Formats: sequence, structure tokens, C-alpha cells
Amino acid sequence: MKTRVFVTLKPSVFDPQGKTIVDALRSMGYGAVRDVRQGKYFELDVDASSADEARSVAAEVADKLLANPVIESYRVEVDGK
Amino acid sequence: MKFAVVEFPGSNCDHDAYYAAKHVLGQQAEFIWHKDTDLRGADVVVLPGGFSYGDYLRTGAIARFSPIMARVREFADAGGPVIGICNGFQVLLEAGLLEGALLSNRRLKFLCQHVHVRVEQSDTPFTCGAAVGQVLKLPIAHGEGNYHADPETVAALEANRQVIFRYCAADGSASDAANPNGSLAAIAGVCNAGRNVVGLMPHPERACESVLGSTDGLVVLESVVSALAATGAA
Repeated sequence: MKTRVFVTLKPSVFDPQGKTIVDALRSMGYGAVRDVRQGKYFELDVDASSADEARSVAAEVADKLLANPVIESYRVEVDGK
Repeated sequence: MKFAVVEFPGSNCDHDAYYAAKHVLGQQAEFIWHKDTDLRGADVVVLPGGFSYGDYLRTGAIARFSPIMARVREFADAGGPVIGICNGFQVLLEAGLLEGALLSNRRLKFLCQHVHVRVEQSDTPFTCGAAVGQVLKLPIAHGEGNYHADPETVAALEANRQVIFRYCAADGSASDAANPNGSLAAIAGVCNAGRNVVGLMPHPERACESVLGSTDGLVVLESVVSALAATGAA
């Protein structure tokens, strides 16, 4: 089951890469883009019999490995949900 | 006294640590492969610098699951001295043996230069030979050394005197310019609550001979030798 995990830096954590990107966008004339936060995106193919089960597996691996809870938070999507 | 130097795939300061322990300090030293499950009677464990697992995902994030890390955790829990240098510090943070995290340097540049750090506490096995306030000139070489923790954690680390090294100017004074990577509170190294696990971004093992530009790192390694000798551990 296709499961997506989005990992982002917590709002309180400075993101120098996002800052560099937004500065570049500004110099390109995209002043409408007020802020950019760079994150990570994972596509998991999970052997699961239900969306809830896939979600639970994805959350577990995100807690253990994909995200560092000190600096990051994450969101799980299963089949676009 | 025996130093165990753990080697992960991508470690590249393992030989520096081994050389400093064995050939500069004249102690026993042994490489321990990360897939080993035995520290072979080591008295002190070094997690060296480098790029374990190519820094994939996050620095140290994969290495913390290496089989040897279960033994390192047991060794640390039993009070054994453990030092994580640079990538080794990143591994200790990911493993939860130390608190906080290391972010990209604030200006996103890989920094390879000598810096000054002030010894903030001398009651750890890796600083007991130094004086509080002593300034050490040590090399750094990292892209992710920007220490971060939430404000409550930083306050607790300060209150418990767990900040062990802080970036400073050559005269020991604090300034933003002396903070190379943007670390919170200019933190360069911390210890755990038990004070036996220390992690730092600078490389003391690469500052043990004058030909390398500084011998200020010696005090870190000599400290653990004398700390262990004092307890009769080896």
C-alpha cells in the first residue's frame, strides 16, 4: 500500500536551506513567496491489509527512524488520505 | 588501558583517534567494527568522526542502529567513559545517549578550520585534566554542527552543568563571531546526566602533536587516562 511520509523541521527550528531558497526566489522576482521550509518526503510501499494498518506502520518507522523528534515533525498519508 | 575505536562504514577519523590513543598516549587501542557485538574489554569507547552511512537521512541516524551501539549503550549505562567526536557526537545524539540535535551550519558551508573552545566543566572523565575556563584551540570539520535543543532542554543542560565545551574567541570571551556554526548558546560539546558520556564537534584527536598546529586536544584524551587510572579501572 502506497504510504507517504512528510518530514518537516519544527516551526521553532531555523531552516537555513529554506531561507536560501526564499532569498533566491525573491531575487527571481517571486516576492509573493513569503517563506519556504524545506522538508523530506518518503514513499513507502507497505505490506498492509488496511489503510489504518499502513498508517500505523508508517508512523512507527517515522518515530524510530525517518524523523528526529528533537527537530522534526511528520505527517502520514495513505492513498492520498 | 584500552581504547575501543568504533568504525562505521564512512568513519574517517577512526585512524586519527587510534593513532592518538596508541602512538601519542602510548595506550592500547583497538578498532571495533560496527557490526561487532563485543567491546572486547575496552576501558573507554571512542565514536570517531566521519560520514557514517554517507550522512544519509540525517547525520548519525543510521549508525545509531548498528549492532555495536547496544553494547555502547550498556557500557555507558554502567558508567563507562564514552566520547563522540564530530560524527560520533551526531551518533550519540541520534541514539539518545546525549540530548539535542545538530542542524546544518547556519551559513550552510562545510567548515574546516581551527576554532577555540572554552572548557566549561572539569568534572567529566574527558575534561578532568583541564581547568574550567581553559581555552583549547581545536580543528573542526563539519557541515552539520549547529547545536539545537528546545529552550527547556538547553536550560536544563545549563542548570545541570552539562555544557562542557563552548565556542569562544582566543582569549576565552564569548561573541557571535566566535561561534562558527550558529550553535545555540555557542555549545560545542555536552555530556549526559551521568557525566561519563561526552560529545563534541571539534576534534581533540587531531590536535595532539605540534606538527598538526595544536596540542590542545591532548588534555581531553589524557584526562580519561588519568580518570581511569584514578579509579583503578586499568
